[in-house]
Amino acid sequence: MDFSFTEEQQMLKDSVDRFVQNEYDFDARQKLAATDPGYSEAHWQTFAELGWLGITFAESVGGYGGSAVDSAIILEAFGRGLVLEPFLASVVLGGNLLARAGSAEQQAACLPQVIEGQKKLALAYFEPEARYELSHVTTRAEFVDGGYLITGRKGVVLHGATADWLIVSARTAGGPRDVAGVSLFLVDAATAGVETRPYRMVDGLMGAELGLSRVRVGSDALIGELDLGLEVLEWALDYGIAGVCAEAVGCMDRLQELTLEYMKTRQQFGVALGSFQVVQHRMAEMFMACEQARSLAYMAAVKVDSAPQERRRALSAAKVYIGQAGRLLGQESVQLHGGIGCTDELNVPHYFKRLTAINAWFGDESYHLGRFAGTE
Amino acid sequence: MELNFTAEDQAFRAEVRDFIEANYPIELKRKVEAGLELGKDDYVRWQKILHAKGWIAPKWPVEFGGTGWSPTQRYIFEEELTAASTPRIIPFGLAMLGPVLMEYGSKSQQARYLPDILSSDTWWAQGYSEPGAGSDLASLKTRAEPQGDHYLVNGSKIWTTYGHYADWIFCLVRTSQEEKKQKGISFLLIDMNDPGISVAPIITADGKHVVNQVFFEDVRVPKENLVGEEGAGWTIAKFLLGHERTNIAGVAASKRQVLRIKEIAGREQSGGRSLLQDQRYRDKLSQLEIELLALEYTNLRVLSAEAAGQQIGPEASLLKVKGTEVQQRITELLVEAVGYYALPYDLDALRFGWQEREPIGPDYAAVLAPHYFDWRKSSIYGGSNEIQKNIISKAVLGL
Repeated sequence: MDFSFTEEQQMLKDSVDRFVQNEYDFDARQKLAATDPGYSEAHWQTFAELGWLGITFAESVGGYGGSAVDSAIILEAFGRGLVLEPFLASVVLGGNLLARAGSAEQQAACLPQVIEGQKKLALAYFEPEARYELSHVTTRAEFVDGGYLITGRKGVVLHGATADWLIVSARTAGGPRDVAGVSLFLVDAATAGVETRPYRMVDGLMGAELGLSRVRVGSDALIGELDLGLEVLEWALDYGIAGVCAEAVGCMDRLQELTLEYMKTRQQFGVALGSFQVVQHRMAEMFMACEQARSLAYMAAVKVDSAPQERRRALSAAKVYIGQAGRLLGQESVQLHGGIGCTDELNVPHYFKRLTAINAWFGDESYHLGRFAGTE
Repeated sequence: MELNFTAEDQAFRAEVRDFIEANYPIELKRKVEAGLELGKDDYVRWQKILHAKGWIAPKWPVEFGGTGWSPTQRYIFEEELTAASTPRIIPFGLAMLGPVLMEYGSKSQQARYLPDILSSDTWWAQGYSEPGAGSDLASLKTRAEPQGDHYLVNGSKIWTTYGHYADWIFCLVRTSQEEKKQKGISFLLIDMNDPGISVAPIITADGKHVVNQVFFEDVRVPKENLVGEEGAGWTIAKFLLGHERTNIAGVAASKRQVLRIKEIAGREQSGGRSLLQDQRYRDKLSQLEIELLALEYTNLRVLSAEAAGQQIGPEASLLKVKGTEVQQRITELLVEAVGYYALPYDLDALRFGWQEREPIGPDYAAVLAPHYFDWRKSSIYGGSNEIQKNIISKAVLGL
């Protein structure tokens, strides 16, 4: 039983923390968020040079053979800075899925370029009426002339418009909500019939609606086994959950620091706000929620590689808890800041927004409460 | 980061489990599992079994009769004891006074008291709270006036758990009036058989007699019964408050109770299926299980830091607050599980079970509501949860 980081992990953490500290002050972040791609290509190259984009991949494809704990370390630090670059989309979701289920050819063609920061991946799995049910897939892939024609719609694709390749779930058999019959395809975003409609999301990150109209791919675009894509998709999204849990802990940590500092300096009634017990107890609640969230984020990062039922149970528990803790930290930080906490110019509400978005990703509290109970 | 127990730890767990299996009396086990009242003989019987094995005081240094186990082993030991529904080990002598005597007691005090604590031949009680000193413990008024070779003790202690069983009581008493009220407090050992001591029972909301009020009227206590210096009582009390840590969260006991909820809710019917199948009940249970998981992993983090040699500080306050919140939620869900049959109130059934009588409702139902009412105490005792939040805000947050 050991919760400590290895020496390498400690170095990684120091290095990402330093980057966030130096390059990601709030004003710079807000300027970046307002630019066209919504993040910095230069930063992305830095990530590649520092090896962060390859941290979890096998050495055979140019990675460093790390684990979900390593990507959690990176994302926790990113959370503190509200980092905008598509690490979650390209590395944690897309990259890991391809590394787990992709053919040797697919991996060789894509992963080295992803790791070097030349190309990006995005994962397009959600459909407008699916809510959190992964088996709800109406996008169809028809087998025609030795390849597939994919037609359908995907919603809220994280960094979907800046990806070079899209991993798309599509139905190859069965009805709209059947578990079997869903397959995953690797689609070049430049293929004819792919249409993206990019937009900014509430937390400043970029999303896209994706239209697929008779998009032609070869048979070699199939990722993993035909009709059995759901299992690997669920695994990848659990990897995403471990990632956002770590990121949320970074957000909560920072919110707590900011609020604590404000409570020590903001004077009302002639004294610091933090001298009031009503404030102290609320800060103590925030501290406890944040620490317990951290415990479960560690658990999530370690358990993401365990057997399916154990993994689902652990990841759902973490996601529920972090959704709730994130809401507590977000709302309380705004409340304790008072009027200024409701303004766009202050960083505090932006952490609140990111935490709110994180709750919605990959299944919210209600969804995961149900999945948790189902793992008995 | 390695969140699994090592092979050695697993082997240790098996050893503990086998020992309990072979030595835990079945009639005791039945009582604990049914949530019935345990008496002095029950506790002492089990403690003597552990003592005979040399396992009664895992936290004590080996030279005093401890086991020399690592924090992880102690944690596993506690988990296994709880999972097997053994009676709790009464903490007053073993977990509280023992460590105090080792740290602050004289050699002769150690020689005189420690062996009987270890063998459970002396039952100790704790004399801290007073009618006028609850969360504000330092305002305590029980006086011990120095008179030659003894103190004359006058005053009263309250909420004295098992005071009616106790042979001895360790007390915080006021030996002098100081400007800073913490300064005039001393730590005194008092023989419960001394003239001038009387014990009055307090019946708690569950109908049970566990706690008492103890009265001291001109009780003569030899000066050799003072632990540490005169006026060092507050320092000792703080040491003691911080001592019992690893089990403060009560994770193992709560895990055991969650299994009990599942057993009971699995048997209760709602709308033609088991209550466990009822979505609204199930969501509450899942939420509770997740809170418990968060507590468990936080506890393990603290344990891991402790095993790495780090000093454990105000984290204990977090474990106390969250631990008792989980425990109280468990008692609520148990009451909810049995619906109407939470209502019949039969004191004999609470104490002895239904025995030969036909139970009123399911045989597991009678104890649940009294337990719920009683367990409100958990967020009050040991430094109320509000006091714990004060500690966090001062010691961790610097407010």
